[in-house]
Amino acid sequence: MKQEKSFPKFLLPMYLWAVLLVALPLGYFIFLSFLKQDMTYGFTLSFTLDNYKRIFSGDYQDMMLRSVAISGLTTLLCFTVGYPFSYIMSRLSGRARSVVMLLIVIPFYTNSLLRTTGIITLLSSNGLINTLLTHWGWIKEPLSLLYTPGATVVGMVYSLLPFMILPCYSVCQKLDRQTVEAARDLGASRVRSFFTVTLPLTLPGILSGCVLTFVPTIGMFFISDLLGGARSSMLGNIINQQINGRNLPFAAALSVVMLAMALLFIGIYRAFSGKSELEGIA
Amino acid sequence: MEKPSVWGKLYLALILFLLYLPILVVAAYSFNAASSGAQWTGFTLSWYKKLLEEGKYTQPLLHSIELGLLSAFLAGVIGTAAALSAATRAFKTKGVFESLSMLPIMIPEIILGISFMSMFALVGLRGGMLPLVLAHTTFCIPYVYIIVKGRIRDLDPSVIEAARTLGATKIRAFLTVTLPIILPAVLSGCLLSFAMSFDDVIISSYLRGPTSELLPTKIYAALKLGVTPDVNALFTLILGVMLLLVATMAVTLQIRKILQRKVDAQ
Repeated sequence: MKQEKSFPKFLLPMYLWAVLLVALPLGYFIFLSFLKQDMTYGFTLSFTLDNYKRIFSGDYQDMMLRSVAISGLTTLLCFTVGYPFSYIMSRLSGRARSVVMLLIVIPFYTNSLLRTTGIITLLSSNGLINTLLTHWGWIKEPLSLLYTPGATVVGMVYSLLPFMILPCYSVCQKLDRQTVEAARDLGASRVRSFFTVTLPLTLPGILSGCVLTFVPTIGMFFISDLLGGARSSMLGNIINQQINGRNLPFAAALSVVMLAMALLFIGIYRAFSGKSELEGIA
Repeated sequence: MEKPSVWGKLYLALILFLLYLPILVVAAYSFNAASSGAQWTGFTLSWYKKLLEEGKYTQPLLHSIELGLLSAFLAGVIGTAAALSAATRAFKTKGVFESLSMLPIMIPEIILGISFMSMFALVGLRGGMLPLVLAHTTFCIPYVYIIVKGRIRDLDPSVIEAARTLGATKIRAFLTVTLPIILPAVLSGCLLSFAMSFDDVIISSYLRGPTSELLPTKIYAALKLGVTPDVNALFTLILGVMLLLVATMAVTLQIRKILQRKVDAQ
């Protein structure tokens, strides 16, 4: 199609929206993160770096590490479970493939709180798993599964698995089978052809899946709130607490750190995949 | 390329089972007579009755539907218009603006929520539906834009050129050729937008006011105190409506396909 150079007027509403409701609010709260908290007005107009110094001081280090660890573990588990799933799914026949696709997408359209509630119902001390295990006589006392960092990870993997499967499936489906067959014909073992051909060719999808799972998890406070309890509060929970405690500048500084992490991840994705849009997002 | 083995298929079935287990458990327990715990004490519909009689979720539900429809509509118009012009044009600032427009779905939602909250407080926009509509439209636009743009990219430009060569005006060619082709993409973008808006807990929790309580934030507040059977019943109803929508869509698409085949055969 011919590429026209003129500035298109139909793009204006979206661009205007992006400037007024994306750039402006984000810019404003980055500005806020350099201000001092004030008990009466929320903040005062005096420049300070204290909010950032506080984040990187000892008090918040554990929480930051735990946050990144939980998100990282969630991403790793989603990949471990989701990649083989996508790979096998891409080799199904056309009809079976669309059925499995539909089955993957349906939970994605259901309520995320519903999914979290399901996990609570399974894991709580009088929940299904404990009741069944006690009933069968395998355990005497109910196991404490809920309100642990483990429960948070289970809940997050469960909620975000489709976001790993969709992009991985998208690249597995496009994978040219002949390249794999060529490697095999030339004497590469199954394992070797997987690591030297299949994996590199599907890397954009894997990276996209990692971005789509890691980035939401660092801010998803409600899952760690409902499943993890106080011992596994993450960056999102701390930000939420600071908002409730009316320390907007500190909450803003924490969010800027989170934003930096997200943008770093997206940047890595772009550098490695050479694409600006995330694979398999639509 | 070999077909997946039995083990491969079993693996798919296992993961799908695990994916549906928590949802099915919630649905099953909404019919359990026991008010707490996992012991099955008998079938009942009383939680549904309680839900409907108390009606404390009715107003939030209506707010959520209103918000979802408004945001999906606004995002549908803005996103489609942008996708239509972006797909055929190249200019200097395109990359910057596009990244900025897509940012809302790339970054953690909590950041968006807080920045809207502080921004709206600054300009004195507090309470009511307006802040929520503005915020939700912001994260819905990218979905519509990406889906519609993808569809336009696949579109064969010669069909539009054909219409123009045959004397159709620009507007007529758009209404009779382009629009019917992209309409399914626009609708699925709007549907996804509605689903995302209807499901949002994080951003809404920073913007809701006393007169704009939404279903997800209301349920979240209830869940903090523990899972109750009436919440299970509510979830089951939402799930039922959702499945009905998906089924309707699937059937409609199937009928369209069959009709198309008949037309092609003739």
